[in-house]
Amino acid sequence: MNAAVASPLPRRPARRAPIVRALARAGLVVGVVVLLLALWELYRWIWTSAGWTWPFLVNDTSMPHIWTIFKAFGQPAQVNQPSLITVLLHKTAFTAKEAAAGFGIGAAIGFALAVVLFHSRLLQRGFLPYIVASQTVPILAIAPMVVVWVNPKLPGPLQGWGAVAVIATYLTFFPVTINTLRGLRAADPRAVDLMRTYAASRWAVLWKLRVPSSLPYLFSALRLSATASVVGAIIGELPTGLQNGLGGAIFNFNQYYSIEPQELWATNVIAALLGIAFFLIVVLVERTVVRRAPENVA
Amino acid sequence: MTDAPVVRLANVTKTFPQGNVTALQDIDLDLVPGEFVSLIGPSGCGKSTLLRVIGDLIEPTSGTVTVNGKTARGARNDGDYGIVFQDAVLFDWRTVAKNIALPLEMLGWDRDRRSARVREMLELVELGAFAEHHPWQLSGGMQQRVAIARALAFEPALLLMDEPFGALDEMTRERLNLELLSIWEKAGSTVVFVTHSISEAVFLSNRVVVMSPRPGRIAGIVEIDLPYPRTVETREEPRYFELVTAVRELLRSRGEHLLPEEEANLA
Repeated sequence: MNAAVASPLPRRPARRAPIVRALARAGLVVGVVVLLLALWELYRWIWTSAGWTWPFLVNDTSMPHIWTIFKAFGQPAQVNQPSLITVLLHKTAFTAKEAAAGFGIGAAIGFALAVVLFHSRLLQRGFLPYIVASQTVPILAIAPMVVVWVNPKLPGPLQGWGAVAVIATYLTFFPVTINTLRGLRAADPRAVDLMRTYAASRWAVLWKLRVPSSLPYLFSALRLSATASVVGAIIGELPTGLQNGLGGAIFNFNQYYSIEPQELWATNVIAALLGIAFFLIVVLVERTVVRRAPENVA
Repeated sequence: MTDAPVVRLANVTKTFPQGNVTALQDIDLDLVPGEFVSLIGPSGCGKSTLLRVIGDLIEPTSGTVTVNGKTARGARNDGDYGIVFQDAVLFDWRTVAKNIALPLEMLGWDRDRRSARVREMLELVELGAFAEHHPWQLSGGMQQRVAIARALAFEPALLLMDEPFGALDEMTRERLNLELLSIWEKAGSTVVFVTHSISEAVFLSNRVVVMSPRPGRIAGIVEIDLPYPRTVETREEPRYFELVTAVRELLRSRGEHLLPEEEANLA
């Protein structure tokens, strides 16, 4: 470690051009998807030609062909309607709106709750068990109540989807609270001492030290919450009877599954893509916001 | 140097209730302005505890601590001292420049004044080219220089250093010793320097305070009469070796409480 003499920086090993790396990664993702689709078809082929019925009978209803599912996107689900993909994209936008609102509100509440609980032992002892307990109640069991309680109070433009956003909030805030609480506690005690030598207020210690220290923890939680908020929005649509979103579509196509299974499968693909998109947005934001030493990045 | 002491410790005792440990017993010590004082002793002698008592990070069980004529608490709240720990304790989400600016932000300096001072400090520790780097991109020695720049940024009268070079290799440590002396001569602060290296303590200090463990007390004080500025040659002068020997003997003679492995650490 002689580097302090007007020293050159410790250099990272030379890396390939960013475009080459991005292409390589994209290639890997595509490769894995193709492999999984091929496995699906292979499994189908083996089970149907061998006539195996364990664990379930393989036929066009239980496992439609990949190409049947993809072809369904281009065809109208009902007569005189636009193609399934057009319908699904509209529904996806609706569900994304609910999930994004739920995610935003849930993250804000989760973070605020963590800050409050961090500063009060008493509140933490008193409330944390109930916050944990709140998550053991199945979302399907409380969703109808949320709709009944929340919906009548909402102004016109929020009617319906606002209640679903509240349900998504309920699934979002919890990981944020737990992880942020942990992150706030994880600040280096020597750094806390350092701030004490500056006679720093609690507020300054919070914003200049504890919150930045907690960001890797916060973002781990946000990744979980991003997908949870999409699941919450889809499930929340069921008791509200909303037809504008993916939840409503899944509910409908489920009833016609024995006739046209490919439509439910096609909807599932879109729902999964929405979850992945939410996750990736969080990862992108994390990359730009969190500047930490490599060993401190979660 | 007849000014009022920067730090006055009177009858300072610290006991930790857990395990009933007496970390410090009846410590009396005055530090005059501009003086460089090292605290040396085996681990467990309470030297770091003493430093933290001066900085009001630990309260003494009894006795009084006066810093700049105020209580230790008052001095801390007035930002009367800068502190450097064994590890640099830099905020890794901040650049080098922003790390040095941290105490200035806490003091409410405006942006222009901050950036002017940060530039001066970067020159002082010769890291001008690294202002926009993040700490993890620097070597351990460079990180410690950033920590020193941060501690001196608001020109505190007192600089507390807790084994600041303890985690560095011998070569880097000796070079940083020289740099610290030149910074100290320019800045004119009073320095309290905790170390367990005899040669480092002798090379840097006006006075070396030798401490003995269990309970932590002052075993003796060695006046270091080597002239400043001290250079690489200072370490080769006969007087330097005499003083190193004097400190070592003092540690030995009061070392009857030492465990064998602690004795070995003092070599």
